[in-house]
Amino acid sequence: MKVSLSWLKEYISVDLEPSVMAEKLTMAGLEVDAVEERYDYLNKIVVAKVADVKKHPNADKLSVCLVDVGADEPVQIVCGAPNVKKGMYVPCALPGAVLPGDIKIKKGKLRGEISCGMLCSAAELRLSADASGIMDLDFEDGFAAGIPLEDALKISDTVFEIDLTPNRPDCLSYIGVAREVGAFTEPNQRVRLPDYSLPEDKIGETSIHDFAKVEILDPDLCPRYSAGLLFDVKIKPSPFWLQERLESIGLTPINNVVDITNFVMMETGQPLHAFNFDEVAKSKIIVRRAGDDTDFKTLDSKDHKLESNMLLICDGKRPVGLAGVMGGENSEITDSTTRVLVESAYFNPVSIRKTAKKTGIASDASHRFERGADPKGTVNALSRAIALMAQLCDATIARDLIDEYPNKAVPRQIDLNTESLNRRLGTDLSDDAICQILKSVEFDVEKTGDAHLKVEVPSFRVDVARPEDLSEEVARLWGYNNIQTSYPLVPAKGRLLDQMIVLREKIRLLMTGFSFFEIINYNFINENSCDRLNLSETDERRFVETILNPISDQMSVLRSSLIPGLLETMKKNISQQADTLKLFEIGKVFFTTKNGSLPEEREMVAGLITGNRSDQSWYSKKIKVDFFDLKGVIEGFLKGLMIADVTFEKIENGDYPYYEDGYWAIVKSGDTILGSLGKINGKSLKNYGLKQDAFIFDFNLKAILNKMPDTLTAQSLPRFPSISRDITIIVDRSISVGAIQEQIETISKKQSLIEKTFLFDAFEGQPLAEGKKSLSFRVIYRSATKTLKEKNIKKLHANISRSIVDFFHADLPNLQEPR
Amino acid sequence: MQNSIVDIEKQALESIEKATNSEQLEQFSIKYLGRKGLLTKFLRNISSLPEDERPSAGKNANILKIKLEKAVKEALTKFSTDDDRQFKGIDVTLPGRVARRGSCHPITQVAKEISDIFLRLGFDIAEGPEVETDYYNFEALNIPKYHPARDMQDTFYVSENIVLRTHTSPSQPRAMEKTQPPLRIIAPGKVFRCDSDITHTPMFYQIEGLMVDKNISFGDLKGILATFVHQFFDAQTSLRFRPSFFPFTEPSAEVDIRCVMCKGKGCRICSKTGWLEVLGSGMVHPAVFENVGYDTKKYTGFAFGIGIERMAMLKYGIDDIRKFYENDVRFLGQF
Repeated sequence: MKVSLSWLKEYISVDLEPSVMAEKLTMAGLEVDAVEERYDYLNKIVVAKVADVKKHPNADKLSVCLVDVGADEPVQIVCGAPNVKKGMYVPCALPGAVLPGDIKIKKGKLRGEISCGMLCSAAELRLSADASGIMDLDFEDGFAAGIPLEDALKISDTVFEIDLTPNRPDCLSYIGVAREVGAFTEPNQRVRLPDYSLPEDKIGETSIHDFAKVEILDPDLCPRYSAGLLFDVKIKPSPFWLQERLESIGLTPINNVVDITNFVMMETGQPLHAFNFDEVAKSKIIVRRAGDDTDFKTLDSKDHKLESNMLLICDGKRPVGLAGVMGGENSEITDSTTRVLVESAYFNPVSIRKTAKKTGIASDASHRFERGADPKGTVNALSRAIALMAQLCDATIARDLIDEYPNKAVPRQIDLNTESLNRRLGTDLSDDAICQILKSVEFDVEKTGDAHLKVEVPSFRVDVARPEDLSEEVARLWGYNNIQTSYPLVPAKGRLLDQMIVLREKIRLLMTGFSFFEIINYNFINENSCDRLNLSETDERRFVETILNPISDQMSVLRSSLIPGLLETMKKNISQQADTLKLFEIGKVFFTTKNGSLPEEREMVAGLITGNRSDQSWYSKKIKVDFFDLKGVIEGFLKGLMIADVTFEKIENGDYPYYEDGYWAIVKSGDTILGSLGKINGKSLKNYGLKQDAFIFDFNLKAILNKMPDTLTAQSLPRFPSISRDITIIVDRSISVGAIQEQIETISKKQSLIEKTFLFDAFEGQPLAEGKKSLSFRVIYRSATKTLKEKNIKKLHANISRSIVDFFHADLPNLQEPR
Repeated sequence: MQNSIVDIEKQALESIEKATNSEQLEQFSIKYLGRKGLLTKFLRNISSLPEDERPSAGKNANILKIKLEKAVKEALTKFSTDDDRQFKGIDVTLPGRVARRGSCHPITQVAKEISDIFLRLGFDIAEGPEVETDYYNFEALNIPKYHPARDMQDTFYVSENIVLRTHTSPSQPRAMEKTQPPLRIIAPGKVFRCDSDITHTPMFYQIEGLMVDKNISFGDLKGILATFVHQFFDAQTSLRFRPSFFPFTEPSAEVDIRCVMCKGKGCRICSKTGWLEVLGSGMVHPAVFENVGYDTKKYTGFAFGIGIERMAMLKYGIDDIRKFYENDVRFLGQF
């Protein structure tokens, strides 16, 4: 809502600096977004004195003037106005000035004569409607030329742009804003209301009831409909003052009748509509729902589909307006209109909002009605408009007004307990102080006992219905910043953090420790993401939730996997020449549940590595990352979370079609699948426009959480030294290290002396035969009760070696006994 | 022989004293300590001494040898230039073997920082779903269908009654349905609005706060939020409470802080006002309590919502909110 200060002063006396005024409005809850000086454009317009006028040598209608603009030398300006004459004081736009309508003034030549500016008419400066010639400032001789016009004419106006919250429709009007201003000026002032009486001399003989009839068929949606009628209306442009008022807040003047309806709406907050009464069939207004009517053309020439419960204003035959939203083209005011019916009604806010939303029309009227107009304000606004029309359109007013009011607004009364109000706010205001505050914005207040007030809410304050609402009134007018800051006393009782929150923290700590960057991607992904990952038609990740109103196709479904986001992030970074990446993300994925309830939200952690394990440097060559870089991270990650019994398995399963065959694994703890890791296959890489290898992991947080131990018991440290012995075997390439490891563990479970075994070397190639590999395991022996000697384990170690060799049909590197 | 050790010592120390450059010292070293040097010769000749003198002679000669070596070394440092010294040991300016670090996303870091402040004040963390029912996102919060307040938030719909939550406020009714007062919670999380430009991303983070008990006042709200602002920014940051409107609080307040960039003088960041809007807050609307079955006569409470990106942008001087979700490692690596 734009508010011009000079217009506002019609209703309230205010003498504050614009910046102070803006601050006060803001602190009263009417947030001022911008303060503009309306006549800033007069900056480069100065008072000039015409020193000499000559005929233009090449143009009959132009004059070449020498003009004193306060500079050392007079300047030459070519002027087309018939009234220019020597000695005249006129406004002069100097080069660099910008006139209303974005006319930029430059130095130039007009028909061969130099012109250093422009002498302006009042209309060109938007100071009056007079465009007949240049503006005669009519100053006394001797007035100094060169003074800025703004100062010479002493005109100024400030326009406040107020960002109103939706609870305050009462302030969508000058009177409403003035009321607020009155509450913060000292002493408090009442608003000066406009004259709502009708001019006796303009009222005709005949009553409106002889000509027009209003019928409300739906009093729930239209509790009140007031109307007035005018004859002999002359449609013409509005007088300058009215145009100027509208323009000051950015409205475009149209004609006197329409301008008056807009002006009165801005003044009172009551939307009005003017019908061409000659087009109102059977002289009858019927307010009803659309029912069978299906189409309607609004006065902006747009066709709209109607729905049966939309409220319409109809005449005796057809719809003539979308109630409270926009009038119809069929009955709009035209240049030839002579009889005008003015509507001033109160409509149900929800009904108006539905119609405005469905038709996509956001008009000044619907904006006010859907927030709530003043049901008691229809007649005053109507009278004001009719009186102005009588005056400015030379019209005659039909005697009487129609005021159908089937659903009377009941004043809201609130029993206010001032003690609880003070408790709620943390204040200590007296009943009198509270009374005074409420009265300053026109609440009726009566003391009904100790700490009790009876408050009647004015009809325009649709936002106030309960004591708590009054507490806000008191707080904002008393000043939020005058309320004492305090600290609550609460029981020192705390709860444990949710385990999931703790887990996320641990994961972040671990992953950043492994030098991964955390990323956060949008929850929405491209609808083709499942295709890009080659997911099968039955994959659960295909059951995505679709957003009905997405920002774009790229963000049209809720993600069912973190992988698309990782690959897209990789792509973006590579395009910025960052091609070595270690990324992870913790976030939810979503699966539709189909039965109309909320989707399943599953929290995941996924990550990606790509590029080099080590860059070229003085101590190392450039080495690319591979599967085992990622596997090491995952092993460390799960170990860091104390998850036991972790295995990596190759399985045959169509659920991971984005991994390259043979280069991926699922990760289990016991029998539970925690997640997977692997190399992204060429097809998926290509779908994401990627050219370098990427390795991804993808884990379910809930599964991890379930496998985390509740408690951790420290193990006592061994007291005796260990002995280690190695086993090197040559086996078929197809035999997995895991299988051998498992076999050794099976044996060691029976042997308390074996502490652990691990692979320390793996080798393929010459001199080994094709399809063979050499593996070296180290076995650590330790006794809990004594220092082991060679003889204690010699036989045991030989047995283990032999059983491994036998079990896997392995060869030994030479024919001797293993070391 | 004993004498000659003393003589050697005397001569040697004098020579070291007289030396004026490292070359002379080098020659000295050869003369006394070298393979054919005086002291070496002396040691070699020890076997020619009477048996009972040998141990002490050997000992003294060795002591002297160490002494002279030390003296030469010390004298050398006098003459050696920096360049000479560099070649001893290692080139410490050679870059170290890289130990990379990762980092948490700045939003995570700021969210944690904010959460930690409230955890210290005794708040618990409650979380809720990111996809919400219309009921929890709107109706339970006193925002009926067709209420103009719905225009304040551009909502993503999944179906007619299921939305991507537009704020973390649904955590309020969800928490209150589960727990009777007293209640102190914060609820950090993702929220979504149908908006995308330099100051809006369709997904962003908020932290909701809620405190309910007997006798909680607007003054208490001011106290808690002032504490938060002073801990998050600094204790000198002044703040103001400004009337506003949220359907689920009454009275409602926006909290502004003195612009952290210009300290209130007025700049581009604060649109010349000197103030920055940082969070919304208010006393819980009784309709919200009624919806969850709290006794409005007995309990009052306050709620607030903090935009995490906004906080991070102010804290780190980031001017484009979209940077957070581009995940450019050159950006992430700065935090």
